[in-house]
Amino acid sequence: MNTSVAPAASLLKARADLLASLRAFLNQRGVLEVETPLLWPTAIPESYIELFVVQAGDRTAFLQPSPELFLKKLLAQGVGDLFQLSKVFRRGEAGRWHNPEFTLLEWYRVGWELEAFIAEVVELIRSVLGDASAFGSSRSDVPVDSFRYGDLFEEILDLPPQAPLDAFSEKVRALGVPEAEKLCRSRSDWLDFLFATFIQPKLPEGIVVVKDYPAELSALARLKSEEIAARFEVFVSRIELANGYHELNDSRLLRKRLEAAREEKRRRGEVVPPLDEEFLRLTDRLPDCCGVALGVDRLLALKLGRDSIREVMTFPWPLESSS
Amino acid sequence: MASVSTSQFKPGLKILLDGAPCVILENEFVKPGKGQAFNRVKYRNLLTGNVLERTFKSGETVELADVLEKEMEYLYTDGEFWFFMDPETFEQVQADQTATRDAAKWLKEGMVCTLVLWNGQPISVVPPNSVELKVVETTPGVKGDTATGGTKPAKLETGAVVKVPLFIEEGEVIKVDTRTGEYLGRAGS
Repeated sequence: MNTSVAPAASLLKARADLLASLRAFLNQRGVLEVETPLLWPTAIPESYIELFVVQAGDRTAFLQPSPELFLKKLLAQGVGDLFQLSKVFRRGEAGRWHNPEFTLLEWYRVGWELEAFIAEVVELIRSVLGDASAFGSSRSDVPVDSFRYGDLFEEILDLPPQAPLDAFSEKVRALGVPEAEKLCRSRSDWLDFLFATFIQPKLPEGIVVVKDYPAELSALARLKSEEIAARFEVFVSRIELANGYHELNDSRLLRKRLEAAREEKRRRGEVVPPLDEEFLRLTDRLPDCCGVALGVDRLLALKLGRDSIREVMTFPWPLESSS
Repeated sequence: MASVSTSQFKPGLKILLDGAPCVILENEFVKPGKGQAFNRVKYRNLLTGNVLERTFKSGETVELADVLEKEMEYLYTDGEFWFFMDPETFEQVQADQTATRDAAKWLKEGMVCTLVLWNGQPISVVPPNSVELKVVETTPGVKGDTATGGTKPAKLETGAVVKVPLFIEEGEVIKVDTRTGEYLGRAGS
């Protein structure tokens, strides 16, 4: 659907109310709102997040895919609990639940345990989604389910996330998606594909927390064990809504992971952002903290029972041209 | 033919998959937050009629299929092929049994059908939604028996056999739904 007509007044009001309530939720809890650059000469390299490159004179700069780079620098400088509610940019992402430019809410809590932090994320989502009638329930609060990543794999695919890749090949052939063998190279490719294709569609309605992601899928999280990282996601009505971590503050480990991501991007012929040395240096001074990024457009679409974020954006990216 | 990438996929687009012309029915962009993007596509194979699903790597390219739909007039059949003519160019094509499938039993000379052509060759013949055909064989009508609602088989001039109300006589022209094979009424009604 391509449209350059803004949505109805009621949608505009709903978005304004949502932004205000998100701010109020965090303000009331003592989390400070900050603003950081959307355009910068460096960016955190992530294997599958493509960057918009901007020529600023003879300098190259990047539209930021998340405010993480700056929020962590502020945290390392002792600012304390903070959040940013702003647009972010990810090249090549457009569809029912994606737009190359979208609104992200990202916040951090210093010294919090992961479980307590997850509870706050769920509380924020619940405060927005209100009662559970939208989920076909008569409960006065939206139901919340919690699963471990590995348990979901065992239950739905009969395989652990650490299974040999051959087992995954066999599984997709048996389930009628043999083309996955061409798409998936690494274990992390396989895990993401299998989760999105077979597990996510089977998650229950309502709010679903998935914890204990495998280490391969969690470059920016600290490890709980050799195989499990302190990473969680929150799904609502099977839509991926939030992604959070107990943040990694080991700069040597982080450098290795970021270099690996840069190498993959280089291999694919993508523009590779320079490593932000200040960011790496400050990582060692990052206090013990948890952080989360939440898609605000998706949250609004879920609240209003819409089928696509395009319906809740004033001017969704025009699909005819390439991004 | 030209190629398209997944970013140009949309319902109605005709592409070549494993050498067969297919039409995209649904296209979903899927991307886990930190994972790679792919397109989940539901499509119909225009040769077999099967509806299938396939996942593509986002950015992958496929060839467009030279498929178009044309209104053509039915001429005749020799039992092996059914011949159609473009009423504007007078160009003729022949559709085989696979392309004609169930349509054959509704075809009457002069009937305008929609032909799906792939590289200029008919792969599917779609008759109009309803046709008016003469009943050539049926048991005698029971006069005044409009109340019982019973039916009897009737053979039409094209060979199709449909169920008609008991009062229909041989020689009458009736209207039939080609999609369901149902009697719709007397011609002109």
